[in-house]
Amino acid sequence: MVGLAIVLGGLQLGAASVAFADTTILNVSYDPTRELYKDFNAAFAEKWKADTGETVTIQTSHGGSGKQARSVIDGLQADVVTLALEADIDAIAKETGKIPADWKTKFENNSAPYTSTIVFLVRKGNPKGVKDWGDLVKPDIQVITPNPKTSGGARWNFLAAWAYGRAANGGDDAKAQEYVTELFKHVPVLDTGARGATTTFVQRGLGDVLLAWENEAYLSLEELGPDKFEIVTPSVSIKAEPPVALVDGNVDAKGTRKVAEAYLGYLYSDAGQKIAAKHYYRPFKPAAADPADIKRFGDLKLVTIEDFGGWKEAQPKFFGDGGVFDQLYKPGQ
Amino acid sequence: MTEATKTAPWRFRQPSVLPGFGLSLGITLSWLVLIVLIPLSGLVFRASGLGWAKFFELALDPRTLNALKISFGTAFLAAVINLVFGVILAWVLVRYRFPGKRVIDAMVDLPFALPTAVAGIALTTLYAPNGWIGQFIEPLGLKIAFTPAGIVIALIFVGLPFVVRTVQPIMEEIDKEVEEAAATLGASRFQTISRVLLPGLLPAGLTGFALAFARGVGEYGSVIFIAGNLPYVSEIAPLLIVIRLEEFNYAAATAIAAVMLAISFAMLLLINSIQAWSRRRYVYVA
Repeated sequence: MVGLAIVLGGLQLGAASVAFADTTILNVSYDPTRELYKDFNAAFAEKWKADTGETVTIQTSHGGSGKQARSVIDGLQADVVTLALEADIDAIAKETGKIPADWKTKFENNSAPYTSTIVFLVRKGNPKGVKDWGDLVKPDIQVITPNPKTSGGARWNFLAAWAYGRAANGGDDAKAQEYVTELFKHVPVLDTGARGATTTFVQRGLGDVLLAWENEAYLSLEELGPDKFEIVTPSVSIKAEPPVALVDGNVDAKGTRKVAEAYLGYLYSDAGQKIAAKHYYRPFKPAAADPADIKRFGDLKLVTIEDFGGWKEAQPKFFGDGGVFDQLYKPGQ
Repeated sequence: MTEATKTAPWRFRQPSVLPGFGLSLGITLSWLVLIVLIPLSGLVFRASGLGWAKFFELALDPRTLNALKISFGTAFLAAVINLVFGVILAWVLVRYRFPGKRVIDAMVDLPFALPTAVAGIALTTLYAPNGWIGQFIEPLGLKIAFTPAGIVIALIFVGLPFVVRTVQPIMEEIDKEVEEAAATLGASRFQTISRVLLPGLLPAGLTGFALAFARGVGEYGSVIFIAGNLPYVSEIAPLLIVIRLEEFNYAAATAIAAVMLAISFAMLLLINSIQAWSRRRYVYVA
């Protein structure tokens, strides 16, 4: 329904654009980028007006990454997609053919203009003394993370935990699986999305540690007051690379290719990088951002999805039907 | 629903003084086809594309079976509880007069109006270990939120109005004289209730039960917040459908949905025939 409303809204504005020579593009994104794109859209519209004299209106739709991808597959006329997972964009490419298979090569840094990582949010004073991943499997610790099946962020959580299990055991994947199996025994609730998990941790007071996107963790700290929670940066985590892509099939049909390309390109500009850093995303070019913003990020070792063979290999292996995650919950384990 | 079964042999009922039978039947049928039959047959059509072997493989997957068991089991339990307490509620609302009765009567419908996600969040807040109710029952070893018990509570909430609202009008139609007659003939209070009143309420009660049950089986919004969503423990079938969709596994999602549709349809048919049967037996209020 919301999708339909947006499409209808888009059509209406699209019709209006003929009369006023202005353009509307739709950015289909995932949940935690709300604040980032609100800022960024305003900056881009201003820049576009200054460069070309044209007025551009950018609509942004937010929701769970997988659900957003499905809306685009089902026909939502997105000009660009900025999602949490490569696998979601791959799915659009595969199901609709509106995005070329080699979309990752179209922009710098594997089409990830900003990155993030997974950190721990703990209660103020860190009463359980959680310092690193190893502490999460201690007897009286409860860990909150959403379900990797329904949440893109949770897949990064899962792989970050795996990366630790692997690093702590000299690269042994079987040991890593043991660690992750043990970890999920400490998970009392599987929420369907990152925001739901945050609510469980913050409002219901459930759990001792919330596994969260770094940018979400800082955002919740900002909103909930730093007097209640604090962030613990573990020794190792994963470099979460939320990618962006142009939906070629749609921009060509709508004639918005030029502006949509410029929109994504602007994410890589100094201004775009600065805005990303301001919203607690780690910019691809840190030099362009405000040094004070960069200083806020904790120092840690980051593995990448390539260490798991890329999403094309990791997605079915870990999160596919009958994959590693499903096996954690096999009865009798 | 069961009007036709009352008048055997079957024939079109004679037109009443009101005109337009042909037109309104036409509208009824096309509306049902458009709103109910086409979407549901789309589901069956997609499922049939899987082939039987693949369909059964997907449908008989242990995780799917488990989720179906949880969905139907909790919905059944919640509907039974709603049947008992719904009848009591309706009884109080029909037979007694007390201050604030209208307000209470209106409150019964609130679960209809409230977005189910809001209900789910509210119930979770109450029953979570640090919630108003949760903090007192947790030390007693009772866990409600994030267990199947939590699902039952959510389903009782969303299903409550169905029983009350179907039983209430029937109850209003039972004359007080029936009770008085029973009493003068020497029936005890218990006999009056169990032998005279309840049988007449049974068809309506069953309708309410069936509606509450059907609602519970398909409920998603309120449940996912309170269930905890742990596979094999508190994962409901509608959530499993969403999970399969997140995997872009449309085939598996369709298979689960088709199984749910088939079971629900069979159960509703069964409940309806019991209801038709009991309605024939106790015609005095029907």
